[in-house]
Amino acid sequence: MPTDIHSATPPRPRLSLGPLLYYWPREQVLDFYAEMIETPVEVIYLGETICSKRRLLRPEDWWDLAERVAASGREPVISTLALIESEGELKTLERQCADRRFLIEANDLAALDFLEGRPFVTGPSINLYNQRTLSFLAARGLKRWVLPVELGRATAIELLRVRPAGVECEVFAFGRLPLAYSARCFTAYNNGQGKDQCEFRCGEHPDGLLITTQEGQPFLALNGIQTQSAAAHSLLASLDDVTALGIDLLRISPQSHDTAEIVRTYAACLSGDLSTANGLVRLRDLAPGGLVDGYWTGAAGIAATGALTGV
Amino acid sequence: MELVCPAGNLPSLKAAVDNGADAVYIGFRDDTNARHFAGLNFGDKQIKEGLRYARDHQVKVFVAVNTYAQPQGWERWTNAVDRAADLGVDALILADMGVLDYAAERHPELRLHLSVQASATSPAAIRFMHRHFGIRRVVVPRVLSIAQVAHLIKESPVPIEIFGFGSLCVMVEGRCLLSSYATGQSPNTFGACSPAAHVQWSDTPAGQETRLGGILIERRDRNEPAGYPTICKGRYEVEGETRYAIEEPTSLNTLDLLPQIMSAGVAAIKLEGRQRSTRYVSDVTRVWRDAIDSCRRNPAAFKPKADWMDTLARVSEGTQTTIGPYERTWH
Repeated sequence: MPTDIHSATPPRPRLSLGPLLYYWPREQVLDFYAEMIETPVEVIYLGETICSKRRLLRPEDWWDLAERVAASGREPVISTLALIESEGELKTLERQCADRRFLIEANDLAALDFLEGRPFVTGPSINLYNQRTLSFLAARGLKRWVLPVELGRATAIELLRVRPAGVECEVFAFGRLPLAYSARCFTAYNNGQGKDQCEFRCGEHPDGLLITTQEGQPFLALNGIQTQSAAAHSLLASLDDVTALGIDLLRISPQSHDTAEIVRTYAACLSGDLSTANGLVRLRDLAPGGLVDGYWTGAAGIAATGALTGV
Repeated sequence: MELVCPAGNLPSLKAAVDNGADAVYIGFRDDTNARHFAGLNFGDKQIKEGLRYARDHQVKVFVAVNTYAQPQGWERWTNAVDRAADLGVDALILADMGVLDYAAERHPELRLHLSVQASATSPAAIRFMHRHFGIRRVVVPRVLSIAQVAHLIKESPVPIEIFGFGSLCVMVEGRCLLSSYATGQSPNTFGACSPAAHVQWSDTPAGQETRLGGILIERRDRNEPAGYPTICKGRYEVEGETRYAIEEPTSLNTLDLLPQIMSAGVAAIKLEGRQRSTRYVSDVTRVWRDAIDSCRRNPAAFKPKADWMDTLARVSEGTQTTIGPYERTWH
């Protein structure tokens, strides 16, 4: 349900699980989602959003998983590719968007062409930066948008103030930030290979390939054509703020270890069963690249600011 | 095929016109365009004079309003659109769906081009933007091979413009947040990648260092040239080795591909570099004018002349040029 930001006690945000951004073995993926439907996440995004060459799970497999997620009482959403280059990718996207069983998350403008007129979600790589874009897309069927990750609370407040009835706002609340996409596969590039001869080397990096600066600071993670932050962005220290603003959903981005524990930590902090301070202590152990939240407060994304530093 | 040249100020606009541009693209002096640098860009007086000069030589003027408006400053973007419309420019180059919606509604007669920053890479994406905003041209991101560009031209409802020369964005334009990750400001939000205020250069015993937002993005020997300090062309540690993990300090030059670009049906070729000098604009415009004319006369025999390539190499950033994503092996 959309929240009224003027109400005295806005409902607590629900937790969502973002699409799996890495290339894991098929069994690991299936086990992962079997575990996830036992956690307090209420919405689960499913599908390959990074590279069309990754086919250990075919689109049909993702739909089967979606059925299982729905049977568990959670809401499945089918996520689609973030960068469309080939005709084949466009055809796959069109087929995905033609299936009306579940809500679809658009991650490229091309998906909007196919989804217009029915309910859809926009992911973080659709540039919804202002109120006019919000109302334009709402008139085309937008039901939920993920705030682009470089936008923070100041923009969220303005957008929430004017959001059309029935449109939900989701924010990226935990994980390595999706920062950029390229025609080049950087995992292959760093193995001296081109994308066409990649040998699926991204499979060797279940949380991306770490890039550190020449003075040893963890900086970025390369995940195929995607560049991510090495640190995990976390809004755990800002849950009261996020709740007061009327954000509807908090997105946890999957990582290869401890995702269930991360979800439970967020859920416990949201319900008040765990203090933020204790939640952060737990979270720091689960995020080897460190925690940052600068984007939320209007600073550089790599900064740890405000509540995150104070605890 | 139209030659679209950059101008960061009035002398550069005149240089582009004098050296054979078919169109010149410019921006206002604020964060509504993607070259928001101190001392760069146009006020109304300069635009009026530039328009007059360009018109006298049958050259078009396009204005880029191609960053993403945020609620806190929305009026700056609508004002920029209104100003450009009032000035009677030949086209507005826009990226943001909200700004496009405003421009299409308020100024239905105004010609709109979809900026590279809109990140439209497929016929479906272009169809969507065309259907709603009546865009009449699309500048495509530097992610497609030349074969994919040719296919896109066949399927697109509107003509296609591509980047032919200049700084090479390695990431798909409009969806790269690397700059704001380090500095809080990105091309989308601020109109600049690696804003100067966040760049620090220093000489250390370990070498010359470049920092962005305090983060070490390059450390090099004194004899190595320093390029524009972007994160994507920095040198980092990867699995125990120090290397350019994303891209080398290289820039784009597609002159070798010109016959294929023309036969694919590309409507316009854009040269990057509004932030560069008037000399740069003169040189690159003259070379590309000559090359396009030569290729048009005899595409089968076209071969880039050595002095063209020398001139382009001299003004290129970094030590080398690449055909970039237009060639599949780059991917």
